[in-house]
Amino acid sequence: MNDLSVSSQIAYQAARMQPRVVRRIRGLSDKALAWLFITPTIVLLLAINIFPLIWTIYLSFTNYRANRPNVPMRWMGIDWYQSILTDPDIWSAMQVTAHFVLWTVVIETVLGFGLAFLIDKKFRGHGAWTTIILLPMMLSPAVVGNFWTFLYQPQIGLFNYVVAFCTGSAASSFQMLGDVRLSPWAIVIVDAWMWTPYVMLICLAGLRSIPDYIYEAAEVDRASKWRQFWSITLPMALPFIMLAVLFRGIENFKMFDMVNLLTGGGPGSTTEVASITLKRAAFESWRTGYSSAFAIILFVTVFGLANIYVKALNRVKSR
Amino acid sequence: MSIANAAHSVVEPTAGTRRFAGSLVILYAVVTMIPLVWIVLTSFKSPDDAISYPPKVIFQPSLEGYCNLVTTRSRQTPEFIQTLGPAQGLCDGIARDRNMVVAGPSNYVPRFVNSLIVAFGSTVLAVALGTLSAYGFSRFRVPLKDDLLFFILSTRMMPPIAVAIPIYLMYRTIGLSDTRLGMILLYTSVNVSLAVWLLKGFIDEIPREYEEAAMIDGYTRFQAFVKVVLPQATTGIAATAIFCLIFAWNEYAFAVLLTSGNAQTAPPFIPIIIGEGGQDWPAVAAGTTLFLVPIVVFTVLLRKHLLRGITFGAVRK
Repeated sequence: MNDLSVSSQIAYQAARMQPRVVRRIRGLSDKALAWLFITPTIVLLLAINIFPLIWTIYLSFTNYRANRPNVPMRWMGIDWYQSILTDPDIWSAMQVTAHFVLWTVVIETVLGFGLAFLIDKKFRGHGAWTTIILLPMMLSPAVVGNFWTFLYQPQIGLFNYVVAFCTGSAASSFQMLGDVRLSPWAIVIVDAWMWTPYVMLICLAGLRSIPDYIYEAAEVDRASKWRQFWSITLPMALPFIMLAVLFRGIENFKMFDMVNLLTGGGPGSTTEVASITLKRAAFESWRTGYSSAFAIILFVTVFGLANIYVKALNRVKSR
Repeated sequence: MSIANAAHSVVEPTAGTRRFAGSLVILYAVVTMIPLVWIVLTSFKSPDDAISYPPKVIFQPSLEGYCNLVTTRSRQTPEFIQTLGPAQGLCDGIARDRNMVVAGPSNYVPRFVNSLIVAFGSTVLAVALGTLSAYGFSRFRVPLKDDLLFFILSTRMMPPIAVAIPIYLMYRTIGLSDTRLGMILLYTSVNVSLAVWLLKGFIDEIPREYEEAAMIDGYTRFQAFVKVVLPQATTGIAATAIFCLIFAWNEYAFAVLLTSGNAQTAPPFIPIIIGEGGQDWPAVAAGTTLFLVPIVVFTVLLRKHLLRGITFGAVRK
């Protein structure tokens, strides 16, 4: 009797406990809920981004080779960093990269801003045409690299045909992808084709953010159209243009897919950007330690430049 | 009022300006479209038409490119082919015209399936994680919030090749290399930064009062999130999902470096379709065209959110 009442009491207690526990979980304090929500993302990023980064740093001080995992590892100190920073081939790759970044960003910014300026005039059907212009940047670099390789074919390619037709030269007289002088431009053209719409879109947002009343005031003051452009349109759209330049700059510094598909770094090493050098060292000659050091140098460069640039951007914004 | 209107009309571009701007933009759009149109046209050409010079704009359409993309064929003598029964299906018919018979599906088919699995898997994961984190960052006081958000963004600054080395080693150690799960996790980690930033913007725009009202009615915070915030954020979640999908669908660098056969997606595979006597351009064009279709549809759907998506929500239209 007594035992029964005890056990039934426990059962009763347990039954009462159940909803309370559930309520406790559902009614987690905001702080606990916040962490519950945020932690999975942070854990994933730590596992797949930060842990590999730390591993890269570690490997960059060793002579590890991924294709010979059983060879005992030797500590190299900063030897790789020294040899990379004094290697003329690396410097030439960095120079090629810098050229690409410079030219693509300049061309894309000028064209992109120009287009945005025109589209902002709101001509008939501007929405539909804008969508068409935006298509290239949504495509896969693999797909883009592919069909531009086809267009660039010296005997059968449409690009060669059109250029030959317009200039009156023979289509087979020049090879966009095989010529030392032309191949860097072949890649710049494709990158500009693909990414000008990106710059255009950001610039368009910048232009749309300028309130009409400023122009109205300028009209009242009889400022010329040129004057309005230089002292209203450009300065007010500048933070947006700079944002586009930042994003394109970072992306093109890392440029890999387009070059790998179109030229693979050739002919010779005329289009060998840093990412291609890195890929060769890491996945073709399997110098894992060496390529890790190079990867770290690249990352620090992007990160450093981006940070300096963002500071400048913030100064422009706050003006 | 009338003065404001008059002033406004002064600022509005004239009809002539508009027409001039319009024609320049249309010119650019047409030039930009030529490569795309050309590749779609090429996918419907026969191999001979594809490599004819001068390039053919008018030609007899053929599905040979698509058939060569999805099948493997073996060469047979005409006498042997005559002994076979009627052609089995369209592709067999086309193959027989070239003294070949269809031997089986090509490698493109499993690559395409891999693309689907990896893209959808990573999208679902990234959007789920991203929605939770975005809500967390949007509504709660999280210590070091700005630093965490910047950390999430900065994971995108690393060149893919640089991350690929240790990920390759890590995956080899734990048995994830060249698996679809490995690629799903990798793409999720790349996409989640975009998802958090984008969704935070969308959730910031939902008034907090909605949840507060729900909580006064007796909902817990979690119930308020599920029943009030999630439905409100549907558009944002859908847009984010499409952006993640497009990225995972299009990704090339990781795919080419980290997969070799089993888990390879379609992008690294399309460039290496080789036919008899060199690159099979109609088949390459067909693979490309098939790959373009979903992207074109999504781009049209995404028009409104495009700007947000490509700038991590840093710029709003």
